[in-house]
Amino acid sequence: MSLPTLDFSLILPELVVLITALLVLIADLLWPRAASRGREQAPAVLALAGLILAGLLTLLAGEWSGATLQGMLVADALARYLNLVVLLAAALGLLLSWSYLPHFSTQRSEYYALYLLAVAGMLFLGKSIELITLFVSLEILSIALYVLTGFHRGQLAGGEAALKYFLLGAFSSGFLLYGAALFYAATGATRLADIAAQNAGGFYMLAGLALFLVGLGFKLAVAPFHMWAPDAYQGAPTPVTAFMSVGTKAAALVALFRVVQAAGSVPVGVWATALAFLSLLTMTLGNLAALRQSSLKRMLAYSSIAHAGYLLVGVVAGTAAGFDAVLFYLFAYAFMNIGAFAIASLLERPGFYAVQDAGIHAADGLFGRRPWLAVAMAMFMLSLAGIPPLAGFFGKLYLFAAAVESGWAWLAVAGVLNSVISAYYYLRVVVGMFMAEPSASAHLRLPLPASATLAVALTALGTLLFGLLATPWFQGISR
Amino acid sequence: MPLLFAALALIALVGAAGVLLSRNPVYSALSLLLNFVAFAVMYVMLSAQFLGVVQIIVYAGAIVVLFLFVVMLIGGNLPALGRGRRAYVRAAGVILAALFLLALLFGLARPLPNGLAAVGAPDGGSVQALGLALYVDHIVPFELASILLLTAMLGGIVLARRYQAPPKD
Amino acid sequence: MSIVLLSILKSLALIILLLTGFAYLTYYERKLLARFHVRRGPNRAGPFGLLQPIADAVKAIFKEEIVPGHVDKLIYIVAPALSLIPALVIFAVIPIAPDLRLGGFTLQFHVADINVGLLYLAAIASVATYGIILGGWSSNNNYALLGSLRTAAQMISYELPFGLLLAAIILTTNIGREAGTLSLIEILNQPRPWWLWLWLWLAFPMFFITMLAESNRSPFDLPETENELIAGFQVEYGGIKFALFFMAEYISMITGSAIMATLFFGGWRGPFADPGTWYGPIVGFGWFFLKVVALLFVYIWVRASVPRIRYDQLLQFCWKVLTPLSIGYLVLTALIVVFVG
Repeated sequence: MSLPTLDFSLILPELVVLITALLVLIADLLWPRAASRGREQAPAVLALAGLILAGLLTLLAGEWSGATLQGMLVADALARYLNLVVLLAAALGLLLSWSYLPHFSTQRSEYYALYLLAVAGMLFLGKSIELITLFVSLEILSIALYVLTGFHRGQLAGGEAALKYFLLGAFSSGFLLYGAALFYAATGATRLADIAAQNAGGFYMLAGLALFLVGLGFKLAVAPFHMWAPDAYQGAPTPVTAFMSVGTKAAALVALFRVVQAAGSVPVGVWATALAFLSLLTMTLGNLAALRQSSLKRMLAYSSIAHAGYLLVGVVAGTAAGFDAVLFYLFAYAFMNIGAFAIASLLERPGFYAVQDAGIHAADGLFGRRPWLAVAMAMFMLSLAGIPPLAGFFGKLYLFAAAVESGWAWLAVAGVLNSVISAYYYLRVVVGMFMAEPSASAHLRLPLPASATLAVALTALGTLLFGLLATPWFQGISR
Repeated sequence: MPLLFAALALIALVGAAGVLLSRNPVYSALSLLLNFVAFAVMYVMLSAQFLGVVQIIVYAGAIVVLFLFVVMLIGGNLPALGRGRRAYVRAAGVILAALFLLALLFGLARPLPNGLAAVGAPDGGSVQALGLALYVDHIVPFELASILLLTAMLGGIVLARRYQAPPKD
Repeated sequence: MSIVLLSILKSLALIILLLTGFAYLTYYERKLLARFHVRRGPNRAGPFGLLQPIADAVKAIFKEEIVPGHVDKLIYIVAPALSLIPALVIFAVIPIAPDLRLGGFTLQFHVADINVGLLYLAAIASVATYGIILGGWSSNNNYALLGSLRTAAQMISYELPFGLLLAAIILTTNIGREAGTLSLIEILNQPRPWWLWLWLWLAFPMFFITMLAESNRSPFDLPETENELIAGFQVEYGGIKFALFFMAEYISMITGSAIMATLFFGGWRGPFADPGTWYGPIVGFGWFFLKVVALLFVYIWVRASVPRIRYDQLLQFCWKVLTPLSIGYLVLTALIVVFVG
């Protein structure tokens, strides 16, 4: 009997996250309920420590050379950057949850354990280079997120969001699985490297790739597979929305990139054109719909759909520069989007049973109430709209430049036009904050929990620094 | 052997038709059971004994029982099921089924794709072969699947618990 | 064709054996219970009441067949058979005696040696729920439905430790050889070191409890608790259909004992049960029979001495005690197999 030898050091950050999730659960079991106040936040502390440790391990691991675990999981530079993006988003989302969760739930350990499992799923997805592994990782993150979306059990919207997300997500998993089956049928291999080596052409590969695009498109909330996203993003607890809008996108994009690379036999023009149209449709639809929203959170949800469209531009470009731009944009997006959601969560008012959604005018007059918060929010909005010298601008610049370089000029133009549309609804919030009077129902004194303040400060700093130091960062990624 | 196969195929078809045509959900579930069992026997005939037995354990022993459980708890006699549907829903069903049939025929008419040549390897369905595939070649996704199950279990428990609003202070 | 014919003959012989066994198991139980209660038990029909089972059978067969008007007729009639069949079918993979060799001809005393025998046990055990669930549902009676839902929950829950312990036993077949086996016949033919016997016997009490629950025997006879549910899933049944349910319970006791005798106590193995000799099969079957009867005694002993437990306690015991214990046992067994074997 010969058992396989596995080099677990390749997945050390993932293992740390998983073990932390288990520790959170076990601590809940062993630590008596009636214990001190410290118990309340113990799961959050533990989870944050796990995420930070995982991040440090990713940073300190030196160059990830692309060694694989049995050809199933790979530790390469791409995975490393993804790890950093996801862990960053997770840590920021966790800081938001810290003060937000106690408003609506007592099931803290369960929340943080599921949260960490979702993180682990994303990390594994980013490392998957085999179809079964890819699918299972995707399901880990999806199932954890379905439940987290519905975690706000006191309000109906949460349940509705979770149900919609679950049903459509399960449906999309089916598409993905059919795609994987067709790949297997065409090549007899499940490892992406083997599939690429087979160079099998023909109908099965094409159909498989199309189904993969649909399946991953659902996870990315790409139009026309975005139907679940506004409801899910609005109904989910805001910290979860912030985290998943970045983390899921990042992981699914990396998976999409790897799959597209493996299906090398399908002519590039075919899938790139398909993706380009999806990208165009997504950003246009997201931006147009965002114009008409009356809820801040829902507006941000549509904006995040539009951003999925921008991100696809980098994949369409198909070059290394294109995907480097995607990675850069993901970092920038993590900062500015989570920052925006963080402030949206601060503007929400905890009601008796449910947390009230922040309306589009909730931020009105914020400058008079909390000037620094208003400045930060203005920065996030401007960055999301893509105004220099903030991170979002350079992200879009690199993305569109890569598209133009590889001959997708019209897509880049469409992207620029879309940014102009989006500027309207982003700037409307900014104008409201500085010019308008606060609405009558607004709190006079906005409570500012320390953890959320820290999150806002970090994201604002990130948005600014990524903008000012864009060139060295981007060169770092390209290397 | 062909005779046995024909009989099993017939049973499987009857089961499948029964799922659709029964008015009573309990009968539908039982027809499904019939279908599963017929398939299990076919697996055994194809010398994939392990797969056959697992089919029984998982599908017959767990999934259909679960269906019955649900049907019985929400009331087994739902004669209204299937009635009162819109015409376009039926039409869509028929069209989709026809498309699926076309796709299957299309797939069968073409030569077997290269990748599937290796599938029918002799002894591929034995416990030993499956054990090697699961615990040696695919140990990574196998372990990930255990994490997936843990996640699903945890999620199920969270959603099934009665909601308790946190105390307001 | 002769193989098919032989299998059919063997199956028939086995069924007759089991049905007779069932009849006299009821007698055995009633006599034993009487002993526990300091009574005499059945003693009117024939010498020592030995004809009592036959009298019971005649009574059950000649009762009027009643199908209540409010039941779902088809399922109502099929359900008792569905609960009996799994109990009978399990026996196909259990060797009841060593092979008999006469000249060039070998007679094997089991119906089928399939290479996934142990999983076959689990599969059939998992299907055994249907008869009871459907019987309870088709009766269209609240007590019956409650009883059958209880059974479903109980049997599915207890399949978990059952399966885990089976997995542990399967693991031990790896010790000292290239590959393990899932065949009951091969397990019986493998020599086990003495410490392995001791280790396996440690699991026996747990396994016995799951078997009690799987066959709905007291103290786990919740599906038919008289004082809460009248008779649970069998309320609406009478005559021969009731007898079939009854039969299913008793035959599954016999099968359970046979499985345990084979897995934990060496089946037909014993002094003088030498394979290949003319007397081997006879002595072997004798040992097998004795072991089964001894285990059946434990079943009845438990029934006479242990009160029925409450339903929530039943499930709690399964999920919070038995399942963790059997997981622990499985892990320890795996460690033993890796480090000692």
